[in-house]
Order: sequence, then structure tokens, then C-alpha cells
Amino acid sequence: MATTTLGDIAATRPVATTEALRTADGMPLRTKLERSMRMARLRAFFLVAPLLAFIVFSFLVPVGKMLWLGVYEPTFANYMPRTAAALQTWDTRDLPSEETFAIFVDELIAARESRDLGKVASRVNREFSGARSLLTATGRRAADFAGPDAKQALIAHDATWGRTELWQGMTVAARSVTPAFYLNAVDLRLNADGTVRAQDADRRLHLALFWRTLWLSALITGLCLLLGFPVAYLLATLPMRYSNLLMILVLLPFWTSLLVRTTAWIALLQSQGVVNDSLVAIGIISDTNRLSMIYNQAGTVIAMTHILLPFMILPLYSVMKTIPPSYMRAARSLGANGFTAFRRVYLPQTVPGIGAGSLLVFILAVGYYITPALVGGQSGQLISNIIAFHMQSTLNWSLAAALGGVLLAGVLILYWTYNRLIGIDNIKLG
Amino acid sequence: MQTRLRQLVFATSAVALAFAAPASASDTLTVVSWGGQYTLSQVEAYHKPFMEQTGIRIISEDYTGDVSTIVAQVRAGNVTWDVVDVELSDAIRLCDEGLLHELDWSMLPPAPDGTPAEEDFIAGALQDCAIATIVWSNIFAYDTTAFETSPTHIADFFDTEAFPGRRGVRKWPKGIMEMALMADGVAPADVYTVLATDEGLNQAFAVLDRIKDDIVWWEAGSQAPQLLADGEVVMTHAYNGRIFGAQLEGAPFEVVWSGQVMDMDLWVIPQGTRNLEAALEFVRFSTDTQRLADQAEWISYGPARQSSFPYVLEEMQPHMPTNPANMDLYIVSDAEFWADRQEEINERFNAWLLN
Amino acid sequence: MTSADAYVRFSGVQKSYDGVTLVVKDLNLDIAPGEFLTMLGPSGSGKTTCLMMLAGFETATHGEIVLDGQPINNVPPHKRNIGMVFQNYALFPHMTVEENLAFPLEVRGMDKADVSRRVRDALNMVQLRQFGARRPAQLSGGQQQRVALARALVFEPKLVLMDEPLGALDKQLREAMQYEIKHLHERLGVTVVYVTHDQSEALTMSNRIAVFNDGVVQQLATPEELYERPSNAFVAQFIGENNRIVGKVREENGQHCDVELPSGELVRALKVNVAGVGTPTLLSLRPERVTVAAEPGSLPNVFEARVQELIYHGDHIRTRVRVCGHDDFIIKVPNRTGHVHLAPGETTMVGWHVEDCRALDAA
Repeated sequence: MATTTLGDIAATRPVATTEALRTADGMPLRTKLERSMRMARLRAFFLVAPLLAFIVFSFLVPVGKMLWLGVYEPTFANYMPRTAAALQTWDTRDLPSEETFAIFVDELIAARESRDLGKVASRVNREFSGARSLLTATGRRAADFAGPDAKQALIAHDATWGRTELWQGMTVAARSVTPAFYLNAVDLRLNADGTVRAQDADRRLHLALFWRTLWLSALITGLCLLLGFPVAYLLATLPMRYSNLLMILVLLPFWTSLLVRTTAWIALLQSQGVVNDSLVAIGIISDTNRLSMIYNQAGTVIAMTHILLPFMILPLYSVMKTIPPSYMRAARSLGANGFTAFRRVYLPQTVPGIGAGSLLVFILAVGYYITPALVGGQSGQLISNIIAFHMQSTLNWSLAAALGGVLLAGVLILYWTYNRLIGIDNIKLG
Repeated sequence: MQTRLRQLVFATSAVALAFAAPASASDTLTVVSWGGQYTLSQVEAYHKPFMEQTGIRIISEDYTGDVSTIVAQVRAGNVTWDVVDVELSDAIRLCDEGLLHELDWSMLPPAPDGTPAEEDFIAGALQDCAIATIVWSNIFAYDTTAFETSPTHIADFFDTEAFPGRRGVRKWPKGIMEMALMADGVAPADVYTVLATDEGLNQAFAVLDRIKDDIVWWEAGSQAPQLLADGEVVMTHAYNGRIFGAQLEGAPFEVVWSGQVMDMDLWVIPQGTRNLEAALEFVRFSTDTQRLADQAEWISYGPARQSSFPYVLEEMQPHMPTNPANMDLYIVSDAEFWADRQEEINERFNAWLLN
Repeated sequence: MTSADAYVRFSGVQKSYDGVTLVVKDLNLDIAPGEFLTMLGPSGSGKTTCLMMLAGFETATHGEIVLDGQPINNVPPHKRNIGMVFQNYALFPHMTVEENLAFPLEVRGMDKADVSRRVRDALNMVQLRQFGARRPAQLSGGQQQRVALARALVFEPKLVLMDEPLGALDKQLREAMQYEIKHLHERLGVTVVYVTHDQSEALTMSNRIAVFNDGVVQQLATPEELYERPSNAFVAQFIGENNRIVGKVREENGQHCDVELPSGELVRALKVNVAGVGTPTLLSLRPERVTVAAEPGSLPNVFEARVQELIYHGDHIRTRVRVCGHDDFIIKVPNRTGHVHLAPGETTMVGWHVEDCRALDAA
């Protein structure tokens, strides 16, 4: 204590003053405050805990699992671990070594016995068409090929075993954690040596579909805005008894099943449908030149615009309702004609509603799949239809997950851009 | 407080149990099929007599061939589909992946004359995990009011000059690819060898290109006759039984058998069903000679057992894919080929659709 | 004022919204250039409708509105060149104060330099120089009010309309703003038409006040005239506080009349608006014009009063007495040095001049 510096004094002083502040029962004020805050915080946490748990289990975990599924496909490595390990050291140019062949035949026998060969075969088949039947057929007689001459025996049994492409395919399949599916989702392919090449021109599909999805979603969003804005304006400005009726009309589609509505559009728009019949009856088009409004892009756009319209109208309406008519009057009294008053005073104030409605419609449109599947024909298919196709028909869930992951990333990028340009806090849903 | 809390916990767990509890096993059986006229024929020929005889209640569900439900149920360990009607290539694929219960053919009843089931069923009808019930066919049908001269050959389907109008096609390469090659003059025996090559695929797509702009794609079997009835198309690729159903209702449709691609539908039992015994019993019951013949009274699909042929009604014969008069130009779908190549051809097919 | 002098002129204006009832019944009103005219009345009296017709947001069902010699019935609002201050200011929330002020100038196609100069001047005028970059939501109520005022004036209109502009402010701020508006008006010489339901506001600011009720102008007069000499019962009651005593005209006597009350007393009053001898009338008497502890004979009207209640108001003591059978007769006793100290229950004499007691229609 002999040497006390100025620094020491400076350091101890504030502590001393805070310690001086105590509550009536002698507890330091800060401790007491923290304690009382902690109770409030705990209570708040317990109130949101059920929702938090619900979101974690019903949303975050599945999404995480899905993203993981897109990079993790362990089938081959699970059932043929030694072959998988041996293939990772292979130079991928000449045929694998005798030893690798021997290991493979051993594991082929084992997989056949444990009835897991089909799973391995299906996995390899994704990389090399025909491998499925080759593996299962070879598996039936696998015992005949065991031994030091496995390589020659296999190639003698079926010349396909002598093709490097097959072994390269197996090498790709053997990697449990693999970018192959994500690459596939953006029209690239993974080579066995880890390099990446472009997908063959006649198999490129996904990028074009992503673009189409984004473009059609943007178009649908634009149409919804165009059609929804006047309706929302009417809703917000009409006297109560008319606006209530109008609101019911806007909400009516919500109370009808999606399938019923989509089917109704089919009945309306098909070439022998109501719209075409009416146009022919009026004489606007001839009977032989009926318009194709369904089973193509037009069908998807029309039906989806209709279905998503309420999601545009409602946020717009809720924002417009908060804009008093006096703003327009003020603008006009200040010398602006009707259009200028609308453009410079009314429209900017509806931007939060436009933002909310557009984001809502756009994101819903990007993920829509029932409607395009039913009325989209071939030109109106969206990326979600391909995802559903891989989920339901080809059972290539890893590719479906990768496509979903790319879509998610795309939407997040758009969201981020939107936030940078307009600001997400500038959004109002009600 | 303590007892209240306990009551609450009890109540919530009771609710949870009520949701989680399996629909009481053994006295019900969920049989899943393709809906419409086809399911109706199964209900009449199989379900009703089975329920009468065993007292087991059958719940009939429809699906569109989306076998991912089976995958999901088996992987989740919560199998609620007990017996499912699937296509052959799917049966093979799912069996390979270990998702189906393996079936012992010896459990199947022999033919009335004592021929063992193994010899009685037609080729390919008995699989490791699946038993066929019917032979159906990809055909094309047309609206008789749309044309002066009737199309008669598979090539007519791909000829919009001679037969103008839109075409309905299933959005799925299997079936239509074979038809396209046959329309282009490839001999039925060579179809799959040709299709296995890139040039063969290009050839098939070239044929499809001729009608691409006129195609209306369908996905569920019942859509095909609907498109035809709505006038949305003048010709459509269809399952022959669906057209037969519409004809029964008086629709002016005609089937062209030239270039038909025969396929089979089979019963499978997903791995891990809780009603395995009843499911096996149902499969056994529904695949005996008489039941298979009975089904052909309700829909124009051929029975998978040779011994059933004589029992099929005389007036149904012209509508059967297996009727010799309908077999001028035909092919039997090669399930092994499709199990191997489906993925690759799908990829090409989807890319072709897009461009 | 002759019609040639009028800057704004309503002639025979009627307005109906539903085709059944008239909201404004035959309005005839001339407003002189540079005048501050207030339309005062309870809600639903038609005053705001008149303002909106003048602004162009409502059309007159019948009659003509003339502005500076031009009939404006068919001129759209943005071509009338009238400044307007709205009840809740209607400042554009997405624009800064400067942008709000620039708006009327920009839509008039004024060049940038002029715009910024005028905006600066307008901000100086309302002493908000340093607030130009803020959004309206970042200003206090009084500041918003001043911005609204500046915006209505920045394009130098000849006529400014104000629709209850001070309604949202607290009492103290409201009074301060009243003076500020009054001074601005005096300085700029614009014509102002001001709508309010607050009579003290009207009295403070106006050159003339038009009192509206039921779609009709009840009285159009200067504040003093209106307060001192209300021409009918409605105006008397609406402007300031008054004691109302019902009676019957007993005798007319030139400027005066004698009114008999139901309790038997006879009151001498100024004859303003009575129908004749024998008809009912309403006597109106301002509480501050009543003298307490009046000597009998010192005033024409002196009566005995019993003190019921005293309420201390600081500058005066509000005294409720029972007089002539009326229990709710109010007297304002000024809190002067040496004023009469009364106590509840006490009896005193109260009296008033004939000129302060006005005999009006018995509405």
C-alpha cells in the first residue's frame, strides 16, 4: 500500500461510488436491478419458449436437415466402406488396381447377403446409367469372382466393368459429403477427380428453370400489384358498407379450396372453355383460332395471379387505411393536380404496403407448385415442380434438397438486396 | 397446484396419445391404388368379397403413383399404407432399396387345375417383392367426332399434318418414348436397344418434336379422358382402361391399339406394416384365378394369370390389351431397362420439355 | 361592405349530401380582402362544409362562390391558389420539413434557387430555421403546426383557409399559437377564413365572426359586437357564459321592455329580439355584469339572492345564487382588494343595468 499511483485512484474511484449506492435493505443497487430484470427476462423467455421450440423443431431443424441432405449421401460409404476408401486414393484415369477390384468383390458379396446391394446399386446408377442392373446381376454371382483375379473375372463377366467411366461414377458416389448434388442443381457436374464440368447441353435444365421461376414470379408480383392497388384503394376509401362487401369478395377465394379454384380456371380458360366460347360467340376470334390460355405460361400466370392477389391486396389495404384523405386534399390545395398528388404524396406513403405485398407474393410465387403443375403445361413449370418431381418420382431426395437449398439461397439474396435498397423495416403488414 | 399440474400433464399426454395411436390394427387394412374407374374395379372384384369373407375392413386410398410416400413412411417407421398398387419399374426400384416386404410365391393359390402359381402367372408378373394383378397398356385414343378418316397406326399420333389438333401425353418418358420409336418404324424387338443409346434417345425426341407444340401434358390417369371430353385435345396417350371407362359412359372415343406398350400393375407391401398378416392375406386372396378374372368385368385390363383368361367375359375381349386382334404392333414394357435408365432419360426428358 | 369590395363571396349557397336535408341553407357571406373571418359553430353546423366548398373539395348543390371576382364553382382545388391548414396538419410524413414546404412551389414549376430561397424565408418566418431536415414525426405538435402554417403560406396565396388548426394542441400552446397566427395575418395581410368550434379562439383572433347553427349564419359581427350584443338566444348562449331567465313580455317601452317572470318578479330589459307583448322571451345576462351587495334603488333591477355555492377561480369567485326562482344563477365576483366576501347560505341583494339584460327570442 506504500505506493499508490494516480492510475490506482482513478481505477478504484468509480467502483467506490457505485458501491455506495445501495437499496434500503443494503443490497448493491446494480445487483438488485439485475435481479429484478432477470425475473422479467425469464418470464418473457418462458412466454415465447413454446413458440421458439415450435419454430426450432418445425422449421429450423427440417430446413437444416434438408440443406444437409443436399451434401450428405452416405449410402455407398455405409455399405462398401473399404471400396469407398480404396477409390479415394485412385488416380481416376486408368482402371483401379487389382486390389481395389478384390475389395469391391468382397464387399459385393457382403452387400448382397445383407440385402443392401440394391441401395448401393441405385446410388451408383445416378452417376452411371445401367449400373443398377450391372451391380445386381453381378451380385448374384459375386462369389464366382472372388479371389486374386477379381479384375479379370469381372471384366470377363461383363465388359462394362472395364470402363473407367463406371469406376469414376462409383468414385463420385463413394464420397459421403459431396458437392455433387448442389453442382447438379446449377447444371454442373462433378468429375471423379474432384474437378467440375458443365452439364451436357441437352441435360441443362435447372438454371433455366430458376430464371423462369424468378421471372414469372416477378411478373405475377407486378400483375398482382397492378390489379390489387386499385382494389385496395377502393377498400380503404369506400364507405364501410360497400367496403365490407368488397372485402368479402377479396377474401372469398381464401375460403375455397386451392384445387377447386384451379379447376375453375381450367373450366374458364381451356380451348372449349367459357372465355374462348364467349370470344367466339362475340366474333372476336374464329372457332379455329381459339386462344391457348391454359396448359402454358399464360395459364400459370393467370391462375397464380388470381390466387396470390389477396396477399397483395391485404397489406396494401392495411397501409392505405392509415393514410387519411386529408393528405391528398392538402396536396391538391397546395396546387398539385390529381395525378401529381397521387404520385408524390399518396404513392410514396403506400410503399411499405407495396413492399410487404410484393415480397409476400413473390416469395409465395417462387415456391408455388400445385397450380403450375395443374395448369402450367410444359412452359409454365416452375423450379418447385422439378423439386416435387425429384421428391416424388425419381426419389432423388438429395438433388431435391440441393435444388431447394439453391432456391433458398436465391430468395435470401433477393431479400438481402431488398433490405439494402428499400429497407426491411420499411415494410408493413398491418 | 401439484395435482392441477399433474392433471394438465395427464390431459396433454392423453391428447398426444390419441393422435399418436395407430388406427387400431388388424381389423382394418389400407389399400392404396390409382383411383377412378380402376380403384372401383378393385373394390368390386377384391375388396368387397374380401371384407365379406374375413371381416377385415378395407380403407381404400387414392394416389397418383407418387411412391415417395412409401419411402417416407418406411424411413420414418410409421407405415400406414398396407398394400399399394404400383408400376413394375417402381416395384423393382423400391425392392432394391429394401423398402418392400419380400413375398414368398409359394403362398399364392394354384390355378383351378392345380398348376402352381409360379407357372400360371405370365412372365414378369412375379417379382421378389411384388405380385402382378393386371396387364394394362399405353395406347392412344381419339375423339371420333374430330376426324373424317380415322387414325389407325401409331405414326398417326405423331402426324399433325394428316390429323391436326392437340395431343394429350403423360408427362413421363416411360411409354411415350417407346411409342415414338415404333411410330418411327423401329421394330418392337429393337426398341430398347435403340433407346439405350444417345442416338436412339435423340431419334425418339425428334419424333416427339413433331407434336411438341401441340401437346397438353397430363399427370393423373383420369386427366386423359377428361382432356379428350373437354375438347382440349383431339387425341391422347392414355391407359386403355381409362378410355374404356369413358366409352362405357357413352363418350365418342376410339382406342388405337397399334404401338401399344403393355405394362403391369402389382401389389406391394411396404416394409414394416403393422398389418402384415392381413396384407398378405389380401394379396393372396386378390390374386387367385377367379378374382383376377372378376376384375376384368369392371375395367378393360387383362388378368396377370393365364388361368384367368377363360373366365373373362366374351364382350370384354375386344377391349383387352392381350386380345390377339390388338397385338399387331406392340411391345411389353421393359421394367429392368427403365429401372436402369429412368434417371438419365428423365433428365433428358425434362431438359427437352424446357427447351 | 359593398359586393365589389368582397374578396370571397358566397351567394345563395346551399349544400346537401343526401338530397333530403340541407347541411348549408342559403349562405350569403362577403369576406373583405385582408379580413380574418372565423366560422364558429358547434359540430354539424355546416361551417366545415362551407370551408370545403371554398377549398374546392365539396361542390355547392346550389348557389355561387366567387373568389376575387371569378366564380370558382367549376375550378378544381389545385387551380384555386388557396392555402389551407388542416385539422391534423396533413404534413406529408415521407417528406422532410423542407420538402413539405417546397412541394407547393415545385408543383408550380418554380426553379430550384427560388424554391430554396422561399423555403428558407418561410422557415424563418415561423422560427424553424434549424428544423428543415427533420421529418414531421420528429417535431412537437406546436412545431408541426407552424410548419403547416408555413406550407400554406409559402406560395403566397391571397386566401388561407384554416380548419380547426389548433384543435390538437394543449391549452397553453394553443393560446400562444393564436397570437402567432394573428400576428402573421397582420403582417402578411392575407385573407383568412378560419373554422373553429372554440369561441374564445374566435374572439381572440377574428376581425369578424360568423356564428353557424343548423346550416344558417345566426349572426355575423365583430367579436365585441357578438359578445356584447348577441342578436339571438343561440348566439348568446354559444358565445361566452350567460344566465338565462325565461319570462313573458309584459310591456314594451321604446328601447326597453318589462318582462314578468314565472315567480312574479318584474325585470326591466333591453328589447333586442321579442315578438311583442304577451309573447315569451329569454333574458340573457352575463355573469360578470351582475353587482352583488347592491343597494336597492341604485340599479334598475335589484333582487334578493341566496348564496348557494362559492367556487374559487383565482381571478374571480364564481358564485351560484338563487334568485327569482332560479337556482343556477351565476355571478362572477372579481377578486379585487376589498371585494364583498360572501358565505354559502347568506342572503344578499344583486342588481344589474337594463342594457346588460337582453330580451331575446325564446328559442
